Amino acid sequence: MIRPFSSTSTDTTDTTTPPPPPATSPFPGGIDRRRPDAGIHRAEPTDVGAPAADDDATPPPLPVKIVVAGGFGAGKTTAVGAISDIEPLTTEAAMTVNAVDLDRLSDDSTKTTTTVAFDFGRVALGNDLMLYLFGSPGQDRFRFFWDELLRGAIGAVVLIDTGRFEDCFGAVSHLEHSGVPFVVVVNAFDGRIRHHPDEVRSALDISPSTPVLVADVRDREGVKGVLVTLVRHAMATATRTG
Amino acid sequence: MSANDLPDDLFRARRLRPYLITGGRTRASVDLAMETQIRSTPQGTASLAQLDHEREALVRMCVTPMPVAEIAGRLHLPLQVARVVVSDLVVQGLVAVDGPISPDRPDLHLLERVLEGLRTL
Repeated sequence: MIRPFSSTSTDTTDTTTPPPPPATSPFPGGIDRRRPDAGIHRAEPTDVGAPAADDDATPPPLPVKIVVAGGFGAGKTTAVGAISDIEPLTTEAAMTVNAVDLDRLSDDSTKTTTTVAFDFGRVALGNDLMLYLFGSPGQDRFRFFWDELLRGAIGAVVLIDTGRFEDCFGAVSHLEHSGVPFVVVVNAFDGRIRHHPDEVRSALDISPSTPVLVADVRDREGVKGVLVTLVRHAMATATRTG
Repeated sequence: MSANDLPDDLFRARRLRPYLITGGRTRASVDLAMETQIRSTPQGTASLAQLDHEREALVRMCVTPMPVAEIAGRLHLPLQVARVVVSDLVVQGLVAVDGPISPDRPDLHLLERVLEGLRTL
């Protein structure tokens, strides 16, 4: 599974290679824009060769990922930020979705593009693993986005915002249908919850084997506990299904 | 969403501006998952002076391998724009793909390693 980092050994020698002729545009689309700040704060190309030398002996960490799904305000960014080695980054992704039939006024009106904002964080697990965390909205209309997010994922954490319970319905049914292991987390701010885990389990009508737990996702240890529970659950699922 | 409070033309401008970087293209020539790790090549680090601002920053960042989602986040680009830019650089040989996460569900052995890693955090 670990991919060799084959070309790094040549990094130090290759930095002396002369750059390609400037007359050749490196942009196939002919979009070699003039830099307004050309020449300002321009470091020598050889500067950047140095850090890669550290990787020469060891391959890069093997990436694994976990998806954190929840409605707006459920605490996704907080949860990702509590354990991430970097400040969580929020990025927009465009997705094409099928519009409802009512919109079919012309041939091209059946497809529409919408954007989804997602959070990204990562945490190094020892020297050989890198865990990527993706925070994604839980509403049903984002399911096209989840397909990509969930591909190859260890599993998902569904964060329950007890104020807007229904925001996670889409995520829960999608996870159940795709067979991706998941845990449901009732976010407890200051140790207070509005719904007991048993009520949540009953309201979501999820399988008895799916863990439902209470955690304060502002707390690193709290999030760590959630992820440990998820990985254990994924192991149990993997054992059951062979 | 505060962007929706903008007048229509400004809202459209805000959506469109990042696509100037791709010359209006929205389709990447190389299939890149958002967690695919990208690293700069020696040719890339030797070509920084020929690159525009975003591409230079991208090649510099990827001296340490970095997933496409992180590249997009750090450069404040929509994911699809980052994909187009990265795939151009892949075609030009200035960055290389370290490979995506396997599409299969992680096996027991890998899960055990993840569990062990989480416990020692």
